[in-house]
Amino acid sequence: MIKKESNSMILDAEAHPLDSYLRPGRIPHIWCSGCSLGSITTVVIEAIIESEIDPKNIAIVSGIGCTGRAAGYLNFDSFHTTHGRALPFAIGLGITDPNRKVIVISGDGDIASIGGNHLIHAARRNADITVFCVNNFQYGMTGGQVGPTSYIGQYQTTSPYGNIEEPFNLPALAASCGATYVSRWTALDVRRMKESFVEALLHKGFSFVEILGACPTTYGRRNQLRDGLTILENFKNRTILQHGIDPMKAQIQKDGPIIVGKFVEIQKPTLTDNLLRLHKMAKNVKPEL
Amino acid sequence: MSKKTEEIPDILTGEYFTTGNLAVAEGSLAAGCKYFGGYPITPSSEVAEHMAERLPQVGGHFVQFEDELASIASVLGASWGGWKSCTATSGPGYSLMVENIGLGVMMETPCVIVNVQRGGPSTGLPTLVGQQDVQQARWGSHGDYEIIALSPNSVQECFDLAIDAFNYAEKYRVPVTILMDETIGHMSERLVIPKRSQVKRLNRKKPSDKPGQQIHLPYEADKDLIPPMAVAGEGYRTITTGLTHDARGYPVINASAQKKIVKRLCNKILLNKNDIIKFEEYLLEDAEYVLISFGISSRAAKGAVNLARNKGIKAGLLRLITIWPFADEAIQEMAKKAKVIFVVEINNGQITREVQRAAAKQKADVYGILKLGGSIHTPAEILKEMEEKI
Repeated sequence: MIKKESNSMILDAEAHPLDSYLRPGRIPHIWCSGCSLGSITTVVIEAIIESEIDPKNIAIVSGIGCTGRAAGYLNFDSFHTTHGRALPFAIGLGITDPNRKVIVISGDGDIASIGGNHLIHAARRNADITVFCVNNFQYGMTGGQVGPTSYIGQYQTTSPYGNIEEPFNLPALAASCGATYVSRWTALDVRRMKESFVEALLHKGFSFVEILGACPTTYGRRNQLRDGLTILENFKNRTILQHGIDPMKAQIQKDGPIIVGKFVEIQKPTLTDNLLRLHKMAKNVKPEL
Repeated sequence: MSKKTEEIPDILTGEYFTTGNLAVAEGSLAAGCKYFGGYPITPSSEVAEHMAERLPQVGGHFVQFEDELASIASVLGASWGGWKSCTATSGPGYSLMVENIGLGVMMETPCVIVNVQRGGPSTGLPTLVGQQDVQQARWGSHGDYEIIALSPNSVQECFDLAIDAFNYAEKYRVPVTILMDETIGHMSERLVIPKRSQVKRLNRKKPSDKPGQQIHLPYEADKDLIPPMAVAGEGYRTITTGLTHDARGYPVINASAQKKIVKRLCNKILLNKNDIIKFEEYLLEDAEYVLISFGISSRAAKGAVNLARNKGIKAGLLRLITIWPFADEAIQEMAKKAKVIFVVEINNGQITREVQRAAAKQKADVYGILKLGGSIHTPAEILKEMEEKI
């Protein structure tokens, strides 16, 4: 609780200024020490505050996985759905009220693997959804299996000889499918991340933000990056900021550069715009049975 | 003076000659459905096509999704947005939907799924009749749960049961399946659509607490075991999850929370069987030989009862309108009096097995008169199989 006393803010030792944005009794969270999800969640809250969107109109939807747990911690209308299906759930939820701001927070496995088909089609339709996709390069919650974002040579429990498959380049995937706002950040870059989150929240249409997060527990320790800070340092040393670059050139490889920035920001009619347009067209059609 | 354009109503009151697929779509609209998310599949596609035309006329939305996984997920989402929602599919699509039907059960999400059954397994008989998904409708998703499934046997009943399905979904906060079949879906009959005032529409219970005053408990059930439903945007900061959860909607991963929630999810249906279970009796008072059937098969079964009666055989028909929860008690009573029970269905005995279970230790023997999909029974075929056992 924040107490106001003679114009100075005195913080109760047990309290945090963002407490009212977290569900009572839900903290401590399940995330490991060194995980980036705590700071990313903080940035999500700060961006929501800065966007000045009425909290009543905000709905958080997530799928399954470590990142998927964020929905349950945030004190907005929140929906923790099935693995991969956050996006179509979010579309159904979103189109019932044009004023609703639906935010999907989920991981790379949830959004790009089991939910990959829904990602490309949600982008194609320019559904009015903001996606915060936290990429930790593998499946954390299930114990560190290889994923669609694992780079070639990455060691995971199901790639014991090193990953042999090319990873997805998520910003390129989203952009090529029609996403109208696309950016990527590392979890270290909280200032730019927050600015971008605010832009994504206020963007009309499908906004997709990839955040590279540290997972020391099931990614780092198998890949010579033993703790969270080491992973973030590794990100820092490799990061290159390149706004507006063709996201096709932003593929992440082992030890290669990590290109971050805002890659796409365009305006197009959204799914909701188009559905509402149909209402006018349908008015003059006599129904037949 | 300009006249305001007359709005196209959500109920097309009047008499029509139309198909089961269109009737179930119109029944859904009459029930107050405002959202349909679907994916094309034979023999159900006409439901989606009709909803695509009609929903924008009544201020609703139709979205064709990339697959059935997405379709049902969107239906759950729209229901949490406060809209009555449905989808339609056939066996292969239903197989993809069962994942999120389970989520609908766990989140207690009102919604309706129309399954116009064809022959299976797998791609099976896309254009031909089947009744092979009745057990899938009961057990398709993993875990223990109770669910509601209704089976119409006429075009009129496709309309009427669509309204019942939405009402049950709203009242009990559960996904309801309408188990149609290819023949019912595609055949044309007379349909009478009543006036709007004659359609009974039920809506989900609203919470009694005011939003924002205290911490809202979205899964605190009333005495009837059904929690009121706070949807998105009402200020309740509602929370829901597919994980085992407590009254707060918070995940609780232990055996006692699991027992509590599974018991309640099952009992809210089982304790209301009298309200949910519907069946139709035909010449049962003195029947020694009872046919049990549902959907299109029940019409051939009724014909067989008439043929048998003409020959002096005391036959009767129990037609199941509600398939799930199962009419155990009614069947048990009948099995005390009847000599033989025959179950007429287009599958390899899925309801026969259920009847044998319900009628166990009673007087009557139970036999299935079965077809495996692709065609419907004729009354003469049914009578012939009956006579072999009489």
